[in-house]
Amino acid sequence: MSLRSAGGPATGDTAGRTVDQRQAPRKRKNFLGRQPLGLLFSAPYVIFVLAVLAYPLGYAVYISFHQFFFTAPGVQVDRPFVGLDNYISVLSDPEVQRSFANIGVFLIINVPLTVGLSLVLANALNRVTRLKTFFRVSYYVPYVTASVAVVGVWLFLFQQDGLVNSILGPLAPNPSWLTNSWLAMPTVALYVTWKQLGFFILLYLAALQNIPDELYESASVDGGNKWVQFWNITVPGVRSASVLVTLLATITGANLFTEPYLLTGGGGPDGASTSPVFLMYQKGILQGNPDVAAALGVVLVIGVLLIALIQKRLVGGKED
Amino acid sequence: MKHGKISSRVLSLTAIAVIGAGLAACGGGASSSTASGANSATTAKGPIKIWYSNNEFEVKWGKDMVASWNAAHPDQQVDAQEIPAGKSSEEVIGAAITAGNAPCLVFNTAPVAVPQFQKQGGLVPLDSFPDGAQYIKDRTGDLANQYKSSDGKTYQLPWKSNPVVLFYNKDVFAKAGLDPEKPKLATQSEFLDTARTLVKSGAVANAVWPSPTSDFYQPWFDFYPFYAANSGGTTLLKDGKSTFDSDQGKQVATMFQTLYKENLASKEAYKGDSFADGKAGMSLAGPWAVAAYKGKVNWGTVPVPGTQAQTDGSTFSDAKNIAMYSSCKNQGTAWEVMKFATSKEQDGKLLSGTGQMPMRKDLATTYADYFNQNPAYKTFADEAARTVEVPNVSNSVQIWQTFRDAWSKSVIFGNQSIDDAFKGASDKINQLAAQK
Repeated sequence: MSLRSAGGPATGDTAGRTVDQRQAPRKRKNFLGRQPLGLLFSAPYVIFVLAVLAYPLGYAVYISFHQFFFTAPGVQVDRPFVGLDNYISVLSDPEVQRSFANIGVFLIINVPLTVGLSLVLANALNRVTRLKTFFRVSYYVPYVTASVAVVGVWLFLFQQDGLVNSILGPLAPNPSWLTNSWLAMPTVALYVTWKQLGFFILLYLAALQNIPDELYESASVDGGNKWVQFWNITVPGVRSASVLVTLLATITGANLFTEPYLLTGGGGPDGASTSPVFLMYQKGILQGNPDVAAALGVVLVIGVLLIALIQKRLVGGKED
Repeated sequence: MKHGKISSRVLSLTAIAVIGAGLAACGGGASSSTASGANSATTAKGPIKIWYSNNEFEVKWGKDMVASWNAAHPDQQVDAQEIPAGKSSEEVIGAAITAGNAPCLVFNTAPVAVPQFQKQGGLVPLDSFPDGAQYIKDRTGDLANQYKSSDGKTYQLPWKSNPVVLFYNKDVFAKAGLDPEKPKLATQSEFLDTARTLVKSGAVANAVWPSPTSDFYQPWFDFYPFYAANSGGTTLLKDGKSTFDSDQGKQVATMFQTLYKENLASKEAYKGDSFADGKAGMSLAGPWAVAAYKGKVNWGTVPVPGTQAQTDGSTFSDAKNIAMYSSCKNQGTAWEVMKFATSKEQDGKLLSGTGQMPMRKDLATTYADYFNQNPAYKTFADEAARTVEVPNVSNSVQIWQTFRDAWSKSVIFGNQSIDDAFKGASDKINQLAAQK
């Protein structure tokens, strides 16, 4: 309902201008939202996202459709549009196909393990009354420690003459963990799970604080044991955190680079732990083919988005 | 709710506009530099920046060299620093070229990266200086021809080489019952027998421990020196065609495959120096290692063995050169600094300070006193005249990566026959070398 109709028929230009002048601030108010100051406060982050995420992503998409290589400033070269050539090159490359299969193995092991372990450990930590801080710090330390430093410990554990093989004795795998085509990626997945567990435990710990104690008390009164309480109260109560943990674990897992680079000598043995991001680094930075690397990156982004969408549907459940 | 939607749309439109503007900017390209501008740059004098390696001995040499230059040229001061940290020097230099902030000179330019830097428009051809080509020829001789690019120009000044030889641990050899003064390492067959003896005797866990990682440059420290020795100094490519899918190449591959199969060499990467740490009885390295092994290993050296015993075998150069970068404004000064840093006096200081071999055609006679006083370096000086370089072709890094992947698959991990792996790699490399 407009002011014009509410106030009766306008009788002249003066009246019309008055109505427009009254409408103008409201339109501006609508355009800027109910709290224009909010835009000001969010602007730095929006600008950051545009500059650091949106612009590079858009540039990567542009590069992926052109024959492109980096040049010195002032050097003029042709960068012809090549359509889907780079994508065809990427998708038909056996190394790329294998890297996606490798990352699939990684995610199948890493994501469920991360969600399960972090939820169980967070639940246990939430109930611990003594040494609570010690345990929380212990789980968090690997997460905040640089991979380069922590990898040394895992090499000490899993190399040919490492601690694990010494304990296993004749049962030790041959070839050993990190040089075994079947075991290299699972070992990397275990390492990443352990390293990142502290962060995800913290997420679950935060979510657990939102579950009212009354629910557990009621369940206890009704005769529900700890397992019943965990399954029927805790798990549904932290569903939103589970969605977040699943998505973050998937995204960070799909972007795997440092761990195979350091643990298995650059995606070894014979490419069994090569990841798409490692190939992007090889092709884009080392070999000077950023166009192919960008196409690979775009394929990876689309793949991760699809997986994340499916996961959100599955794990999010009724909350959606 | 409606306000929220409007705000979302506004933000979305803003994002699209920003991305669009970015893409439009990308498509615009950059302005080209003019020929006259390039000419004036080659004569321009003034202050310049240079980068050198972070090797402690080279840093000391670099600082002394720059101090000498600066003292004599107050109007053309050199500002020197170590190459900024990165996964590799080549990545840092490549990024600097793209950003336009590369220094005038880098005293650690890897020959394998030169074709890529050249393609980026990041290098100045040294032939553009009136005395450029002649200076390089007079100093390095015919060996300099290996560093010419496919367009016939020279974008790198051959500076220093690290001829790869076979180091062996005398104490470990003695422990295994082998003669440490006359080791049986003249042929690849003897090398293999010696490796077996070392491990089976329990003297050492690994006869040799070349890095098994997938890095494109690892063949330079396992396959390539042996291949050079085995083939009379044949490079990986000749006339644009790969050469390794041959009897000589496959002999080397088979020898290494045997080392891995018989557990004489480890398939795991070693974090550190396996030879210095006593984990391997032999190692392939250049003269830089002499200082590194001092006090740690009682070492000896022999030339890399071929299939037949030889006195004039070739090896890999492991050279690092000096290149001038196109972002340099005072290229006249940069060229003079290049010549100053590679003068007889400075080369002598480099040799005595770092042990690395200046790429001079009469190295052994020019610094005869040094080699008489330091006989350990004589082998390297002798080898320096017979080094082979990585081929100076387009897609150089990709070519080496292709070879390395085939090597890993067949030789190290045995997942494919050497014949098939080498044939496949050879075909792919021929295609890569043919691309411009």
